[in-house]
Amino acid sequence: MNRETASHVRYIDKTREYYQAEGYGKPYEWAHFDDIPFTPFASVGKPLSGCRVGVVTTSEMARRGVEAGPEDPRRLVYALATDIPADELYSRKAAYDRYATTLDDVDSYLPLTHLHRFAAEGRIGAVAPRFQMIQSEYSQRKTLTVDAPEILKQMREDRVDVAVLTAV
Amino acid sequence: MSLAARHLEENGIPTVVFGCARDIVERCGVPRFVFSDFPLGNPTGKPYDLDMQRAVLSLGLDLLVEATAPGTTVVTPYEWSADPSWKDKVLTKEQPFLDPESTKKWLERKEKYRALKATGKI
Repeated sequence: MNRETASHVRYIDKTREYYQAEGYGKPYEWAHFDDIPFTPFASVGKPLSGCRVGVVTTSEMARRGVEAGPEDPRRLVYALATDIPADELYSRKAAYDRYATTLDDVDSYLPLTHLHRFAAEGRIGAVAPRFQMIQSEYSQRKTLTVDAPEILKQMREDRVDVAVLTAV
Repeated sequence: MSLAARHLEENGIPTVVFGCARDIVERCGVPRFVFSDFPLGNPTGKPYDLDMQRAVLSLGLDLLVEATAPGTTVVTPYEWSADPSWKDKVLTKEQPFLDPESTKKWLERKEKYRALKATGKI
């Protein structure tokens, strides 16, 4: 068993090697910070059973039967209603391991069905009325100055207490 | 995605990130992370395995409540396959990450974005 099969895939190393072999120039500088922010759950001031849960995903969801329209080159954050049944949603994401798996089952990357069940069972208070799509961007500046503030704004409008984020 | 989690957290919203690229997420640094050692695509459980999906989500909800320090990673106890060879094939010439059509779209989008940027609209 070699190094890779012995543990998780080193995507940073593999991406660098892959694109260098393809003839691309300077390798991508992945975001890195020494400090990590932290908001203790206790500061929310209520139990999870009283919390409204927001959801963010990179899975580029669209609704079946609804014309998606031309792709916006600005790739801004957009939202869809969380009460759309999972089988009416699909992912338009191309960047995933299409050799090893599929995005055919929405709940394997966007757990709306399970969140609604947890809400019905009282484990969480509620699911926020909409969920946000964020694009995986080359530009960290765009994510930091445009996308992340937009998600925060929408979550504040929706009175979200805690957030679940899924990276496809 | 990790940057968005950090931004929410900085502004008072506790977050949990689900993902399959451990090195990328941990290099950035997020408050709470549920890692599945799965191919990119299914960070909340295997397709059509509802019990696993529910358990993975449950781990994340527990982590939201119980984490006492930033940068806490929980590893899900599931194996994608008894055969780990999928890991060796990731990002190789034999298995290009994007298919030719998606690569073309990606390059076109980059051009459009550059053009838009040049106009000062973004």
